[in-house]
Amino acid sequence: MSVSRISNVAAFLIATVMLPGPASAEEAGIFDEYRAMFGDDNPAIFVIEEGEEFWFASQGPKQATLEACDLGLGPGVVGGAYARLPRYFKDVDRVMDVEARLRFCMQELQGRAPEEVDNRPYSLRGDLGTEMEALVAWLAEKSRDLPIAPGLEHAKEREAYALGEAVFYYRAGPHDFSCATCHGQEGMRIRLQALPDLTTHEGAAVAYSGWPAYRISEGVVRTMGWRMRDCFRQQRFPLLGMGSEITVALQTYLAVTAAGAPMSAPGLKR
Amino acid sequence: MAGKIRIRAQLDGDTCEVKALMRHPMETGLRKDQAGEPIPANYIEEVTVTHNDKVVMHGHWGAAVSANPFLGVRFAGGAAGDKVTVSWRDNTGETGEGETAIR
Amino acid sequence: MKSKITFVLWLAGCIGFAQAEDMSSALNAGFKSIKHVGLDRLEQDPLQAFCSKPREESGDAAVAAELRETALASVVLPGDGDYLGSWERGQEVANNGKGLQYSDNPEKANGGNCYACHQLDPAEMAYGNLGPSLTNYGARGQSDVMLQYTWSKLWNTHAYNVCSHMPRFGAQGILTEQQLKDVMAFLFDPDSPVNNQAE
Repeated sequence: MSVSRISNVAAFLIATVMLPGPASAEEAGIFDEYRAMFGDDNPAIFVIEEGEEFWFASQGPKQATLEACDLGLGPGVVGGAYARLPRYFKDVDRVMDVEARLRFCMQELQGRAPEEVDNRPYSLRGDLGTEMEALVAWLAEKSRDLPIAPGLEHAKEREAYALGEAVFYYRAGPHDFSCATCHGQEGMRIRLQALPDLTTHEGAAVAYSGWPAYRISEGVVRTMGWRMRDCFRQQRFPLLGMGSEITVALQTYLAVTAAGAPMSAPGLKR
Repeated sequence: MAGKIRIRAQLDGDTCEVKALMRHPMETGLRKDQAGEPIPANYIEEVTVTHNDKVVMHGHWGAAVSANPFLGVRFAGGAAGDKVTVSWRDNTGETGEGETAIR
Repeated sequence: MKSKITFVLWLAGCIGFAQAEDMSSALNAGFKSIKHVGLDRLEQDPLQAFCSKPREESGDAAVAAELRETALASVVLPGDGDYLGSWERGQEVANNGKGLQYSDNPEKANGGNCYACHQLDPAEMAYGNLGPSLTNYGARGQSDVMLQYTWSKLWNTHAYNVCSHMPRFGAQGILTEQQLKDVMAFLFDPDSPVNNQAE
């Protein structure tokens, strides 16, 4: 991308942000045009490389890599694993999302204390990126174009779906917000940000397939787990635990609703 | 303090494609903070890309370029293993650089 | 695909997420208190509990009616009987999206974030559509009835629309009485840009 094209993209971005959010397919075309200008470019390419490095890096008291980590398809099998999460894991007798599973592998294989990951799983202002964000970006890339296929067979997977749906509609906090407040209807937007209807297959697919994503406004890759945590912050709830039963349940609800649609992550977002 | 640049340089036939992600706030100088005070201008003014220490691109940037610029450059004549560098200088005199080998 | 259909049929036969205690303990384990925001935010009052359902489900009509009466009774009208403040300050309240998040400074005033959901001043293009447009709201006039109705909606919208997704700006203590008066002025004042657009 040439220098003048960056300026054009920046100017284009400013121009497009000034328009009301797409209420019609015609207006949505403007955003497609903007995306097309990027081609295959996505600053996430660097974060993906870093994720691969982390996977093969010897870390922790055990000085082990993550190569033996079983993400659901067998130890060390990374191709397609992200698309098949969340799912039930027999060794822990619970349903896990990608972040819970990675934290488990860091503890078990590398001997690292859970607090090491829990204290700063996501970038704070000024950070260049975290290990968790990089690993998730790399794993998502290894599931690109594959159909979203969370676990459906085990009783705990169904319980996770049911809990996720219940939490989706759970109104609380001083503003009485639930996920459904913003994501429970078609054609909605908050300020100029389009809000997918997460109760439909199409809306859930748009949402679930696009995370993790490089967020231009922040200059870092953000994960689905981070996005949910930040939604709850804006809903005036307390801090959503990374890899907790609640986030796993919500991701299960989303992934099941989106099931069959292809993953397109790591994506590119504002 | 030099800023870090992440770089990748890949051969595509005869062309080498360089992609670089720079960390920089690219403040235009037109924004105001919460107290209403102007945030000083802080943006990259010059960018240089070299191949085996020879300049292949020299750019003059300004406030219109977005924060954390993502740069792509193509040039002819590179070979695997050659050194590619990207460096910048901003209006405050700060610099950043990064280096990689062509794959 | 076939397994998904089987799953959905299986799920349809399920009761929704089992016990309230299970949900409550999952929520308390799934969240952590942070800065000034504690787990008490996860507790529901009867209105929130009743309204935790898809929009298309109306729920028990008798319960809804009782909740509406309770909401109406909760409305506290301005102490001095004066409904209108400054539209300029009201505009700031409408634009301010901060307040009560754990990332916000609890010493600072909360905003109403009206533009998140509503169109107001038509010159402001960055507005949401979760709620109806309020442009030219002042055309309704300033009868006592209209002023009181609007104040009540801001204070506790469930007085008129049970399970609306609009926050209870008065009843939940999100905005102060003065801020509500300023928002009222932003809506009603003929000089407010909501009603008075420069040609």
